[in-house]
Amino acid sequence: MLGRLTIDALPFYSWVAMGGAGVTVGGGIVVFLLITYLRAWKVLWTDWLTSVDHKKIGIMYVVLALVMLVRGFVDAIMMRAQQAVSLNSEGYLPPEHFEQIFSSHGTIMIFFVAMPFLTGLINIIVPQQIGARDVAFPFLNSVSLWMTAAGAGLVLVSLVVGKFSQAGWTGYPPYSGIEYSPGVGVDYWLWALIVSGVGSTLSGINFIVTIVKNRCPGMTFMRMPMFTWTTLCISILIAFAFPALTVVAAQLTLDRTLGFHFFTNGDGGNMMMYANLLWIWGHPEVYILILPAFGIFSEVVATFSRKRLFGYTSLVYATACIAILSFTVWLHHFFTMGSSANVNAVFGIATMIIAVPTGVKIFDWLFTMYKGRIEFHPSMVFTIGFMVTFVIGGVTGVLLALPPADYLMHNSTFLVAHFHNMLIPGALFGYFAGLNYWFPKAFGFKLDAKWGIRSFWFWIIGFYLAFMPLYVLGFMGMSRRMEHYADPNWQPYLIVAALGAVCVLIGIACIAIQLWVSARQWGSSRDITGDPWNGRTLEWATSSPPAPYNFAVLPVVNGLDAFHEMKILGEAYQPQQYEDIVMPKNTWIGPVLGGLAFVLGFAFVWYIWWLVALSFVLSLICVGIRASDDNSEYVLPAAEVAKIERERLAQITPADLHDMRDFAPRGAASGAPLPGTV
Amino acid sequence: MFDVIAGSCFRRIAKAAPVSLLLFTGIALSGCALSDAPVLHPKGPIALAERDLLFTAFWLMMIVAIPAILLTLLFAWRYRRDNGADHAPDWDGSNAIEAVVWLVPAAIVIVIGTLVWESTHRLDPYKALASDKPEFKVQAVALDWKWLFLYPELGTASVNELAFPADRPLSIEITSDTVMNSLMIPALGGQIYAMAGMRSELNLIADGPGVFMGRNTMYSGDGFSDQHFKAHALNEADFKAWQDKVSGSGTALDAAAYAELHKKSVANPVTHYGSFEPDLFMTILKKYAPAGTPQHQAAEDTGEGAS
Repeated sequence: MLGRLTIDALPFYSWVAMGGAGVTVGGGIVVFLLITYLRAWKVLWTDWLTSVDHKKIGIMYVVLALVMLVRGFVDAIMMRAQQAVSLNSEGYLPPEHFEQIFSSHGTIMIFFVAMPFLTGLINIIVPQQIGARDVAFPFLNSVSLWMTAAGAGLVLVSLVVGKFSQAGWTGYPPYSGIEYSPGVGVDYWLWALIVSGVGSTLSGINFIVTIVKNRCPGMTFMRMPMFTWTTLCISILIAFAFPALTVVAAQLTLDRTLGFHFFTNGDGGNMMMYANLLWIWGHPEVYILILPAFGIFSEVVATFSRKRLFGYTSLVYATACIAILSFTVWLHHFFTMGSSANVNAVFGIATMIIAVPTGVKIFDWLFTMYKGRIEFHPSMVFTIGFMVTFVIGGVTGVLLALPPADYLMHNSTFLVAHFHNMLIPGALFGYFAGLNYWFPKAFGFKLDAKWGIRSFWFWIIGFYLAFMPLYVLGFMGMSRRMEHYADPNWQPYLIVAALGAVCVLIGIACIAIQLWVSARQWGSSRDITGDPWNGRTLEWATSSPPAPYNFAVLPVVNGLDAFHEMKILGEAYQPQQYEDIVMPKNTWIGPVLGGLAFVLGFAFVWYIWWLVALSFVLSLICVGIRASDDNSEYVLPAAEVAKIERERLAQITPADLHDMRDFAPRGAASGAPLPGTV
Repeated sequence: MFDVIAGSCFRRIAKAAPVSLLLFTGIALSGCALSDAPVLHPKGPIALAERDLLFTAFWLMMIVAIPAILLTLLFAWRYRRDNGADHAPDWDGSNAIEAVVWLVPAAIVIVIGTLVWESTHRLDPYKALASDKPEFKVQAVALDWKWLFLYPELGTASVNELAFPADRPLSIEITSDTVMNSLMIPALGGQIYAMAGMRSELNLIADGPGVFMGRNTMYSGDGFSDQHFKAHALNEADFKAWQDKVSGSGTALDAAAYAELHKKSVANPVTHYGSFEPDLFMTILKKYAPAGTPQHQAAEDTGEGAS
């Protein structure tokens, strides 16, 4: 009846594991009680969970990412604490627990922090940047969100029921095969990847179509904002790379569940095939995480330098180069597998070539700052911190791309330091910059800048303290993933690294305080115009938060910085002729499909076959219902649109507008004349 | 209320933190000179060449990295809003600058790329090392969680201890009788994976006698942390003595003893075997050959290793 699920699956084997389970369950109960206390269940269901509005879906993605960031960080600080104390001792974590922690840390940070964070920001912003009313497939968007959430749910539930994978976030066989990892851990990992991978793939397809088909009149490809360009590139990467991950995860699942021999030691299996397939997804994935952050930095640096972006064309080509080249370098993740010198050298050189367009980007941002009027908004400070720190990561990356040097550094903490040096400044700082930059667009009020700056300082100092010692430890011969060690020379470095983790913890607390403080004083930091930073691109033309349709009248674009031009020409904030707008209806099918995917994954993990069949059939029924539903849209009448827009414009006073005299051709007047004043 | 308290806490931390952090870091790390970091201070020509390549590439990249970092900080300071420096809001391109930022990194990559091509071939771990002495062959087998070393020349075997004559090149054939492992002796040079059913190779040489740390670098399960060994490069007399000691230990690594050794064990003590089953290495390789493959065929296939 319950497959291999028995009472033994509950984590009574160790106090630390029980603590983790307790926090997870307790957190769930607190959230449940809070929603009940606020009587918010109905609002939550009708306005949020069932929503197909890209802005709300985006916000839910970001909330998921922030919650999982805390979980992934708890793993990180536990690892740092363990290694700080485990010189010639077991520390406080037994190996099987330490192994689950480093496996879940990587899995969570990549799949359930970085991916939902960037997908969330893309969802909120990209349709607005291209002057569209929604994504191409709003319902599919909702399905993507709930698939990702289902995957995250599987990782969280593994804390309470059973164990998580002990095979590392890369899950190399044969260790991750059934022979060496017989428990449910690897299955949890696989199903979390498969289910959320479906979500990511669908998102990628959705945004390719959205950007190619839904741009407003006049927005040619070479007038698209950088963030939209990076989104287009990574959506294409997602559509081509994620299938490789889904296939390799499915193959390993077949090995484990049905006794296949794709990657087993004997019987014709070949684990080298796994490494190739995993990294054919894995290397593009690095750029999937980093390129959107590059897009955010491009927007932020132009806005807060009060200048046009330097070398836009160059940046576009650099982005496209990186996207294409990202598929040509996967072998550098396993130079030490014994490939011939020719093969290793070719992949090493291909890897270094990527450094060229990446370096160009850094210099383009640099010269955007040149002769600018830089304002140190938190998002700009994150950008500057990124530029300085990312260069170091780029240098160590090229070092690892030299096959003979990689023979020395592979599998060491130097490698760990390198990829954190890429992903923390390169991806996470970008998302934080995006959070500070676009928060008012999503919620209608600004985030507190002081706490934003504080979070930046703790993050960056914490980063340097935590990872510079790991570079050194790599030189000292320390391998990654060690639960304890015998070399007393390593310990001081590991203590400093643990201190860095504490700094980052304070940085995360600063973000929490920032959200709290900002929410409390939202009245005084309201964004009335929808354009709090004197922005340049179209997302600032909508109100904050935008009406469900974003643009009452689709804008017409004549240049790169479309909204900037409108403000100078006085075309912004003008009442116009409105028409009926067709909008997609909310639907319960997205969250229900997500729930069913979670049940399906859970049932597969525990071999509860009747439940697998049931949830699969129910999913098909849901899809059938949706496919035969012709009543999925509603019409917002022109009168209603006119009312919403009138109310918005009536709130804006001349004092709210930005002074555009600095930007305007000599002699022109400031900003836009207000409706009714001329 | 909460944020006010947090704010005042924050200001106190912010005042005290930088100084105390610096002090602490300084004190903590002052005792640990890097003089025994094996990667920075190699004990063999292969590792030395690999390290020198690392350094050369590092300094070449500084040509771009240092200006990038300094200019970022300089521009951020010089063009801050309150400074009233020049403002050119519509300046968005310069062919000269574009040419420099594309071509200089490209030139550096061409230089390093050439280095990569040459050094990857020169330092190919499979390549036999030139020496006037014959190479010393060792067969290494990764087990859970220990290393078994077979010495075909001596007819002996050892677990979690590797010994070889210091003046001869060391040629290691590697396979695994468990999950993927990676054999590395950082002071002597890089690593190569050990995979079941496949044979990989690592050629190393030491500058002279010495004891070096070696380990599996590829996470392989619960006993992974303790899966390390000492590699002894011995002079002639010491090697003879070691050889006698190992031969003298009566234990033979026969099928039964190997089955016992194959069982999982953590921090296995150093063990010596006076003899081992002939062709043990080939037997382990063939264990994972696809069923139905003729024996000699399987040996040839696996003999290709991972290349």
